[in-house]
Amino acid sequence: MTSLREAAYMVAAILFIVGVMRLRNPATARSGNQVAAAGMVIAVAFTMIGSSIANVAVLLAMVVVGAVIGTYSARAVKMTAMPQMVAVFNGMGGGAAALIALSEALQAIGHGSYPGLAEAVPGLFDMLVGSISFTGSIIAFMKLQEWITGRAISFKGQNVVNAIILVALVALAVAVPIAPQADRLLLDWILIAGALVLGVSFVLPVGGADMPVIIALLNAFTGIAAAAAGFVLQNDVLIVAGALVGSSGTILTLIMSRAMNRSIFNVLFSAFGSKVTAKGSSERGEIHPTNAEEVGMLCAYAQRVVIVPGYGLAVARAQQECKDLMDALVARGVDVRFAIHPVAGRMPGHMNVLLAEANVPYDRLYDMDDINPEFQRTDVVLVVGANDVVNPDARENPGSPIYGMPILNVDQAKTVIVNKRSMAAGFAGIDNPLFFKPNTMMYFGDAKGALQGLLQALKEAA
Amino acid sequence: MHANLLQELFSFLLAVFVGWSLITKIPPVLHTPLMSATNAIHGVLIVGALIVIATASGPSQLIVAAIAVLLATLNVVGGFVVTDRMLEMFRKSPSEKGQASK
Repeated sequence: MTSLREAAYMVAAILFIVGVMRLRNPATARSGNQVAAAGMVIAVAFTMIGSSIANVAVLLAMVVVGAVIGTYSARAVKMTAMPQMVAVFNGMGGGAAALIALSEALQAIGHGSYPGLAEAVPGLFDMLVGSISFTGSIIAFMKLQEWITGRAISFKGQNVVNAIILVALVALAVAVPIAPQADRLLLDWILIAGALVLGVSFVLPVGGADMPVIIALLNAFTGIAAAAAGFVLQNDVLIVAGALVGSSGTILTLIMSRAMNRSIFNVLFSAFGSKVTAKGSSERGEIHPTNAEEVGMLCAYAQRVVIVPGYGLAVARAQQECKDLMDALVARGVDVRFAIHPVAGRMPGHMNVLLAEANVPYDRLYDMDDINPEFQRTDVVLVVGANDVVNPDARENPGSPIYGMPILNVDQAKTVIVNKRSMAAGFAGIDNPLFFKPNTMMYFGDAKGALQGLLQALKEAA
Repeated sequence: MHANLLQELFSFLLAVFVGWSLITKIPPVLHTPLMSATNAIHGVLIVGALIVIATASGPSQLIVAAIAVLLATLNVVGGFVVTDRMLEMFRKSPSEKGQASK
């Protein structure tokens, strides 16, 4: 039986790897996820088959409750709220890792033997990292859900305090295996409690704009915690799947912070966006307000229109209007493209998902590197609810906090139309000189209403 | 140090290497689904949770293990379902839209 289970675990591990391989291409991505899910079913089935399980009733009850709540919340969540949903599921995994280690420690003590060093080290690692991932993910969820402010919450010396907590926890973890048997369980609990606190204080000072990087990082943490749980339980499928997620998650974290031109160190320790900085370029011109009729006319007689969707579009739930606008313009023979900044929305790829939901075909979506050379040959750029990703200060003003961040060079187009609700600053809390350029027109209004007005104007222009 | 430790480390390092080399040139369009799918894959923790609940004895062990099973199930089921929902919406071009299952 054991060797059959080992073989099943091997199949599951291969399916996980094949699944991730297929996730690298939009055409095969969905099947990739299903392949990985099939691997999971095999791993779970062969874990249960043939093992003498006590507590079957409790086990089944927990699996059913978890499956129902998990399916329901994953189905019910709005696509705009999806990043925080991923954060929650990730946090659950982190909590599970910590509890698996705690459970093993309890069982070992129940048998009168605390685990040896080879089991103790990964177990303590699980308690530490799993707990950090648990509360860290929940704070990330609360920030993105705006239950607490998205701005960085920090106090002077926060990094020092966090560093002290971390060092103290590591010291505690080292002390556990050499402490007297009777004290070890108490020390385990203190370790978990301290790590839960650290998870909170480590994510609180990170600004909302950097939250995707944190979620990616915590995802990698939980992956490594899963691998550590595999060392605790001497279980190969946990080790392989956990290591796979830990390393791919780490790369993904680096890719994301690179897209924002922020080192991971910077994201974690600089409390970016904690205050509204006054370091934007000082010279301001006049803004040029416009209206639906004028924008409609400009778009209708353009050869190429590039739409730059931002998170404001998603918040206003105007993806469908965006798609309708595309259809109306395509019907008039206009070349319509969507320019997707790597961090448009709240996570890399989030905007693509939101537009896909509105049936915008993905071959109309262009990545930043592909579309940037095209702006000079573009008649009209329509910026809907985006701000920081089109801020020319990132290119031109070394004093700006976002200087060096790759941006969409929309200001090189003939006309730039910016749809915003007001002149308020974007997520990073800084000024945007794009709004004051002579070739920029401001089309104020909520994205949904503004696009509907524009569609109406287009019909009348026909 | 148990006998299998080196062999386990071997599997671990190979898997780290595989994960590392898989994620090099991913179009940004897939970053979010990929994060979400890998999030579901670490839900393999459910296997660990099932193992500990199967051997739990006494109320405190059972409670801790039961919560672990619950959390891991949420992670794995929710993770795969939400990823599938995201990827369900990927379509190539308008002409294929009619045939796409929905």
